[in-house]
Amino acid sequence: MKYTPNPPSVAEEMLQRIGLNSLEELFSDIKEEVKLQKNLNLGPGMGEMEIRRLLKDLAAKNISTEDHPCFLGAGAYDRYIPAAVEQLLLRSEFYTAYTPYQPEISQGILQSIFEYQTMICKLTGLDVSNASMYDGASALAEACNLACSSGKGRRKVVISDTVHPEYLEVLQAYTLSGRLEVVLVPGKDGAADIEAMIEALDGQTACAVIQQPNFYGVLEDGEDLEKAVHSRKGLFIMAVEPISLACLKSPGEWGADIAVGEGQPLGNSLSLGGPYLGFLAASRELMRKIPGRIVGQTADLDGRRAYVLTLQAREQHIRREKAGSNICSNEALCALAASMYLALVGEQGLREIALRSHHLALYAQQQLEKKGLELRFKQPYFMEFAVRVKDPAAANRILLENGIIGGYQLDDALLLAFTEKRSKEEIDLLAAVLGGTRDE
Amino acid sequence: MNKLIFEKEVKESNAFVLPPVDVPEVDIKESIPSSFWRGQEPGLPQVSEVEAVRHFTELSTRAYGVDSGFYPLGSCTMKYNPKINEWAARLPGLAGLHPCQPEDTIQGALQIYYEMQEILAEITGMDGFSLQPAAGAHGEMAGVMIIKAYHLNRSDVLRTKMMVPDSAHGTNPATANVVGFDVIEVKSNQRGLVDLDDLKAKMNEEVAGLMLTNPNTLGLFEEEIQEIAAIVHAAGGLLYYDGANLNGIVGVARPGDMGFDVVHVNLHKTFGTPHGGGGPGSGPVGVKSHLLKFLPRPVAVKEEDTYRFNYDMPLSIGKVKNFYGNFGVIVKAYTYIKSLGAEGLKEACQHAVLNANYIRHQLREYYHIPVDRLCKHEFIANSKKQLDQNGISTMDIAKRLIDYGYHPPTVYFPLIVSEAIMIEPTETESKARLDEFLEAMRSIAREAAEEPELLINAPQNAVIKRVDEVTAARKPVVKWEAAD
Repeated sequence: MKYTPNPPSVAEEMLQRIGLNSLEELFSDIKEEVKLQKNLNLGPGMGEMEIRRLLKDLAAKNISTEDHPCFLGAGAYDRYIPAAVEQLLLRSEFYTAYTPYQPEISQGILQSIFEYQTMICKLTGLDVSNASMYDGASALAEACNLACSSGKGRRKVVISDTVHPEYLEVLQAYTLSGRLEVVLVPGKDGAADIEAMIEALDGQTACAVIQQPNFYGVLEDGEDLEKAVHSRKGLFIMAVEPISLACLKSPGEWGADIAVGEGQPLGNSLSLGGPYLGFLAASRELMRKIPGRIVGQTADLDGRRAYVLTLQAREQHIRREKAGSNICSNEALCALAASMYLALVGEQGLREIALRSHHLALYAQQQLEKKGLELRFKQPYFMEFAVRVKDPAAANRILLENGIIGGYQLDDALLLAFTEKRSKEEIDLLAAVLGGTRDE
Repeated sequence: MNKLIFEKEVKESNAFVLPPVDVPEVDIKESIPSSFWRGQEPGLPQVSEVEAVRHFTELSTRAYGVDSGFYPLGSCTMKYNPKINEWAARLPGLAGLHPCQPEDTIQGALQIYYEMQEILAEITGMDGFSLQPAAGAHGEMAGVMIIKAYHLNRSDVLRTKMMVPDSAHGTNPATANVVGFDVIEVKSNQRGLVDLDDLKAKMNEEVAGLMLTNPNTLGLFEEEIQEIAAIVHAAGGLLYYDGANLNGIVGVARPGDMGFDVVHVNLHKTFGTPHGGGGPGSGPVGVKSHLLKFLPRPVAVKEEDTYRFNYDMPLSIGKVKNFYGNFGVIVKAYTYIKSLGAEGLKEACQHAVLNANYIRHQLREYYHIPVDRLCKHEFIANSKKQLDQNGISTMDIAKRLIDYGYHPPTVYFPLIVSEAIMIEPTETESKARLDEFLEAMRSIAREAAEEPELLINAPQNAVIKRVDEVTAARKPVVKWEAAD
């Protein structure tokens, strides 16, 4: 295939127009020594039918959640995506556009971001949201970076090790800057050790961080930590799961200054881990410090309501080497999918989805316990929990033999997630298979 | 007035339903302690499906994409996004994969991932890639982290500075800052290229490296790239390649052959994946062999006929993102590269450069072109003639282009050219389209001279006129709130 519309005769005409004889002459400013003296070793191109076959064959080598019930969670969730979301995302005015730098020609995209920001504020109970970050992990790292850079020399991030391990790893990578230091506080029985976290707070603490529900699906009680970190003038940061916010206390209600999270469950496919979107919301006091694009409402010369990228003095293209974040492109189309999703399922639908997930998880616990299995952590959870098994890898293999994509393997347990897509029959099968592996 | 989705709410009009399920519906108040319950309902909109669909469809009519028309946004490479790529990324066998699935259940996906690492290494002349970064700036961050890790690993702890040309994208200095470097700016010379004397004077044992875009942001190839590399390397620094402008040299020259140690590429620019109104992109980072051990982990490896992720990289900078990167975007770029093949990629580059020079050559009659010589995929014009004549600015010209049905070029960048108009046509525009654009630019130049109010008051044909950006920033309204 090629997508160059000018055939050789037309290209020739254009070359003549600019006084050149060949396409090669267009590169006469590149010295021969640095020019590639061969063809790239990539093989010939393919026609559309051929490429279709290639990709179909590659896809067929995988086992997909489309065809197999999936109990994996651990930060990415197999949720139903309404047909309208998939169709609307194919409006090419959305997906083939760039960042809306020119507001007069981009009002549709700007308004959609403004609506997204509003929905994220509503879910998190906070005042301001950006237009999205790369994913949940990088959103958390950027939030901690913000806390450290705005904290007047404070550089400690006090964080529970019950936060998603990959979030912790991304945060750790950010410490290479030398501007933040991670104080990792070991959890206790699957939950954050709040007392130990409070003990770890000091005058150097920029922020304290917990995840809700945490990596193990357990609900964290942030009340004492919020009071303690605020009394030491640090920020309280929560990583949250968006679907569960339909029922669970919002970060705003917990008193968080910043909320971040993985937005994938809101209308984005699993896609082997990306593209997803990170959301980041904060209190009004932090509005001029948060990273990323922000859309604001304003008016045009005729006084009509209009939207525009705003507060750009924070950003890399204006602030350059003084910018607190380098983010430029974010995950706009994934954020658009999230707002379409929320509009299509609505307030009540989101609550039902969250409750259904919760009820299925409760039912699964009951069925697994009937088979003699037990929860790894005896803690309140919402839609994900760890069940103790001797050999998690072996258990997953047997589940797969029964057509089930099992759980996330912990040392001595499987972390299982329950979404509205799971059925009673699937859970019964899960329990039967896991029950059978118990004594092996 | 265009209503927000919240202003279209009709209570109880949303008809979303879940399938029936025969499990007990326990009251959440019994299963979860009350201290975890949400007090106030979120207040998400309640609309019917048809109204939601019409809402977003209407929004799309007030947006402009590559499929809508010519989009010469410099430095953004707004080429056509082939539709087969969209189909490929949505295949259930790819879009439906959970990132934590066992490796033996995702062999096809791992094969794409592994092959893409190899393909990008071949195109750029590097030795290995990690596909993890989610965007160009994210790839830059990973790359600059690798440079830092390299020096620290050699106990070379005094390299606290990063050099960046004055023509660089804003992300370069911002990235250097975020990774903890002080930024030193290197001047450009009269020819729009790196000033070698300034570079020599500033390069020393405190400098970790130089971040360079080549072709640079003026669309010019850094002809003395080998000398630049020698200066940086002689002083112990590393050379970083910002791949934003890779489309200008694909198949013709490779950063790896020019002396670059680290590169990132923008799959959403060079390799035809859509920009999505501001993402998702994908910014894989590649390195020469001496830096492989610092790449973000995991990296896909092939062992006989099976593929797996290798996490055993103790010196890796770690992870910059959850899981493995923007796989869906990687699939689209893979499809694109496989479709074009080696010859097609080179031809795409040649036509991108031809189109840019074709416009430059004719635009010079009406607009000032500060560095008017052979360019690569893009070039800079400005509004000097119009400004001198009767005060017409680059912004006025950009806004008037909207009236003519075009997305404006990038404006006021690079910063070293005043009133810059940065034009990148890409290879996917026909001569007829380019001629129409040139005609529009000619017409606008005439209007600027004869009827300047047409430009000053532009746009007139868009859905809104120019907006009040000052009030937006001074009194920010960043979310909708119900009127009391």
